[in-house]
Amino acid sequence: MQVPAPFEYERATSVDQAIGLLERLGSSARLVAGGHSLLPMMKLRLANFDYLIDINPLHAELGYIRPVGDEVRIGALTRHRELLESDELAAAFPIFRDAERVIADPVVRNRGTLGGSLCQADPSEDLSAVCTTLDARCVIRGPGGAERVVTMEEFHVGPYETAVGDDEMLTEIRLPLRPGGGSAYEKVERRAGDWAVVSAGAAVWLAADGTITDARVGLAAVGPNTTGIPEVSAALRGREPAEDLYEQAGAIAARSCDPATDQRGSADYKRHLADELTRRTLRTAVARARS
Amino acid sequence: MTTVEEPKTTTFDDNDQKPVGFGRMLRKEDPRLLRGRGRFTDDVQLPGMLHLAILRSPFAHARVVSVDTSAAEASPGVKAVVTGETLKGLGLAWMPTLSNDVQAVLATDKVRFQGQEVAFVVAEDRYAARDALELIDVEYEVLDPVIDVRQALAPDAPLIRDDLEGKTNNHCFDWETGDADETEAVFARADVVVKQDIVYPRVHPAPMETCGAVADFDAVEGRLRLWSTTQAPHAHRTLYAIVAGLPEHKIQVIAPDIGGGFGNKVPIYPGYVCAIVGSIVTGKPVKWMEDRSENLISTGFARDYIMRGEIAATRDGKILAIRTNVLADHGAFNGTAAPVKYPAGFFGVFTGSYDIEAAYCKMTAVYTNKAPGGVAYACSFRITEAVYLVERIVDCLAAELQMDPAELRLKNFIQPDQFPYTTKTGWVYDSGNYEPTMRQAMEIAGYAELRREQEEKRARGELMGIGISFFTEAVGAGPRKNMDILGLGMADGCELRVHPTGKAVVRLSVKTQGQGHETTFAQIVAEEIGIPPADIEVVHGDTDQTPFGLGTYGSRSTPVSGAAAALVARKVRDKAQLIASAMLEVTVADLEWVKGSFQVKGDPAKAVTIQQIAMRAHGAGDLPDGVEGGLEAQICYNPSNLTYPHGAYICVVDIDPGTAQVKVRRFIAVDDCGTRINPMIIEGQVHGGLTDGVGMALMEMISFDEDGNCLGASLMDYLIPTSLEVPDWETGYTVTPSPHHPIGAKGVGESATVGSPPAIVNAVVDALQPYGVRHADMPLTPSRVWDAMRGRATPPI
Ligand SMILES: Cc1cc2nc3c(=O)[nH]c(=O)nc-3n(C[C@H](O)[C@H](O)[C@H](O)COP(=O)(O)OP(=O)(O)OC[C@H]3O[C@@H](n4cnc5c(N)ncnc54)[C@H](O)[C@@H]3O)c2cc1C
Repeated sequence: MQVPAPFEYERATSVDQAIGLLERLGSSARLVAGGHSLLPMMKLRLANFDYLIDINPLHAELGYIRPVGDEVRIGALTRHRELLESDELAAAFPIFRDAERVIADPVVRNRGTLGGSLCQADPSEDLSAVCTTLDARCVIRGPGGAERVVTMEEFHVGPYETAVGDDEMLTEIRLPLRPGGGSAYEKVERRAGDWAVVSAGAAVWLAADGTITDARVGLAAVGPNTTGIPEVSAALRGREPAEDLYEQAGAIAARSCDPATDQRGSADYKRHLADELTRRTLRTAVARARS
Repeated sequence: MTTVEEPKTTTFDDNDQKPVGFGRMLRKEDPRLLRGRGRFTDDVQLPGMLHLAILRSPFAHARVVSVDTSAAEASPGVKAVVTGETLKGLGLAWMPTLSNDVQAVLATDKVRFQGQEVAFVVAEDRYAARDALELIDVEYEVLDPVIDVRQALAPDAPLIRDDLEGKTNNHCFDWETGDADETEAVFARADVVVKQDIVYPRVHPAPMETCGAVADFDAVEGRLRLWSTTQAPHAHRTLYAIVAGLPEHKIQVIAPDIGGGFGNKVPIYPGYVCAIVGSIVTGKPVKWMEDRSENLISTGFARDYIMRGEIAATRDGKILAIRTNVLADHGAFNGTAAPVKYPAGFFGVFTGSYDIEAAYCKMTAVYTNKAPGGVAYACSFRITEAVYLVERIVDCLAAELQMDPAELRLKNFIQPDQFPYTTKTGWVYDSGNYEPTMRQAMEIAGYAELRREQEEKRARGELMGIGISFFTEAVGAGPRKNMDILGLGMADGCELRVHPTGKAVVRLSVKTQGQGHETTFAQIVAEEIGIPPADIEVVHGDTDQTPFGLGTYGSRSTPVSGAAAALVARKVRDKAQLIASAMLEVTVADLEWVKGSFQVKGDPAKAVTIQQIAMRAHGAGDLPDGVEGGLEAQICYNPSNLTYPHGAYICVVDIDPGTAQVKVRRFIAVDDCGTRINPMIIEGQVHGGLTDGVGMALMEMISFDEDGNCLGASLMDYLIPTSLEVPDWETGYTVTPSPHHPIGAKGVGESATVGSPPAIVNAVVDALQPYGVRHADMPLTPSRVWDAMRGRATPPI
């Protein structure tokens, strides 16, 4: 058994109380949600914190999937399993269920959360790629109830680094609902439950005449953060969905990413996958948008 | 020869008719294990027990300049901090390995691999011990490491083993087998010669339970009790006696339940010795349990052979000769677990299942700055490497000859009338009948149909591959005339005692790590003396409770201890017959054994059961002249030869041409392990081994960066397969009993691990035939398969 260094532990009683503790304890404190990223790092002593503030008691408050106007709002403590099982979410954004089916294993999915996934800011995090693809907004709350809303591009500021300050907390993700949408996710992994070698998400929105009004592609594990590729969106907008268009998008994706060679695969191979998976997910997303 | 009709059932329900002997029945040990009532080393809690944590080297190669323990000693809860210097004072800084090398218990001069033991802390709890490690200040002078095995013997390579007198390079040993000249002559006249470089990368057994020990030294009695995760408790006890100078009768080694071994728990690790020292210096029981990373980076690895295979044949596909050259990476200390006269284990069986004219192998083993080991990881002492080599190179030959790989194998098999068959490297295969095994596998697979399907798919650009492997293993080490480990002969003791009420206890020297000994051995005894398995207690793993023997690895339990159990039961039965003759007032010759009782020949009504005989043996009244009371016996079985199980495996894979991901669609395994004791347990062993094979073929490898950092230090980095990577296994069997084993059983623990990787790799290479691929090394991760498709297949090291 790997054992972490000593730390103090406190259970949160409300969002504002948790933020109050963060404010007081500063960078020596960390929130723990599902714990499936934080605790392994602490057990390996790659990360040591003096205080852990457990926000699981806030699940009733921060665990939800809720349509509000032209958005779907998801609470930061919503667990992988809840995202996987929500038919509502799968109907609006099938990319979520695609992704959740290939994230980790049931044990991790039972506890791990959307907020934890995004805040971990691991370049291979699947839900970050999903949220990037869907152009999610992140609601960050600070002392005194102050809230700000940032885009995914603003949220991730580097590998394992986010826009969330030491005394702040991610509370909610907002996903814009637009008509004619379809989305999909694909991941290549060396083994079930492994982190992605590369994964790709695609979302398209079709006009009544079948042309693409908007499209987004998000890639994981090919750069410092999960990457949205504006050039792909530009190339697809206003066009008729077709194989050669997907090929073009794939080529842009391969060109625009910045993978590194590691044990999961060579940079060349990952670049190839960026291309291949972009094409595949666009194909599926379009088929779903049409049906 | 006893064989029984096997009930044709595929359910895993317990048999209502539990066999009194061989047959399918649920495992006796499972209720305990499934209900969480197993007792593993980490479950051992003793009053006043302290906890030990080991400080390990962050560097692959460095001089230890100084170790300052003062801050650690002052840390709360710490009872002792021990360094290499402390051990040096006790004469315990170094210990022998299983291959007559030495290994540092705690580094004194240098560290030689990342993860090597440098110091340890004993504290009140595991947290305090671990925290104090951070306070030990070690000054290292970092040296250039030897990581690239191909450069280990380069003249300018840094010297790793300067601890060995007169050592000037990193050479570990040379070994050869077969006849070089004869082989060269055959190669010279062959129509076809195929060469292939083949790497079997370093892998790790990664048992679910890591290694650990609880040492309890009683200074007053001078007595040491050691609970430890050992596959070989008796061998360990003797070695502790020799190394530590403790009298052997004062040492009790207890291997409680073990959560998987696969060879990882054969060696004596520094951690065990540290736990003993920890208990001696603190006067308290001390527990050491390794964590996952420690297990992966420091304990016995397996494989790591770089092989060049060459095969010579006639144009029409008669294999004439096989030759190989091997570069073996043994890490920093030669910790190979193998009989001492076999530094390359049983690699000599690389001639496979084929009747050939000549063979030769030359091997060079070297030291590198990597973890020591070379354990029998489910490999029957390097047979995994040998089978992989021959089965891969035979496929290369088939490709060269444009011949079907099944047909090529069938054409070259050793024929049934050639057994016992002496190979060109001197191994005497006891029995075999290969063609029916191969044909059965082809039939289950629907081989011809699969080839048709493949042709259609290829025409459509789909990638489907069919891979075959046919293996012969040599297991059950071994005859004491030529097999020993550090001077300890590889014969196994066994004791059987029948209690007055007809229940029995059998005591074994071998030790299960999950193989089901408590069931299999009860069934072996049941078959011989007719007492139901439920009434037979199997005792094992405790040196105070069991006779001497060398333990469980190399598939040796059934071939060696299984034979001992059958023979000791026969000895008891012989005595029972004497008592029965007195009870029935007839001569011994007038009695016949009908399982469970002796009957008067021709008069079945006159009979006594084994239970009645047992009561009589302990009861009142006289026994026949010269017969002592009690019903028990003991034996030490020395096998006259190894046993040679074989099997035919066929794997079907599909590869996604866009992502290069390999999916194992089907896997057919037909095993011949001789007489089958419990078919359910055999299937379990086969299923586990096949899964293991998928892991090695597709994902497992312990790799290092150029500085010698181990890149497989967690299960996130070192992948092992899950149920989602494997198909529903399709198994079959043939039965060719071993002629010299008392019940004809051959051992099956490692067959599937040995036989499956080549079938999977052959299938992948077959699938990639449209890309002109002839070989690709394991692990066949998507990225590596993609490289092969681009014509850029590279060795993994
Ligand atoms: C075996 C295994 C396999 C995995 N495989 C995958 C995979 O295939 N794909 C994948 O995407 N992920 C995978 N994961 C990661 C998994 O999805 C984690 O659950 C997730 O990354 C983190 O979520 P969590 O709730 O557990 O976060 P935690 O570990 O609790 O926290 C992670 C970080 O986020 C911070 N944090 C958490 N919540 C908030 C908040 N609301 N506001 C501010 N900061 C917060 C914490 O302080 C911490 O720094 C795997 C994990 C494991 C253990």
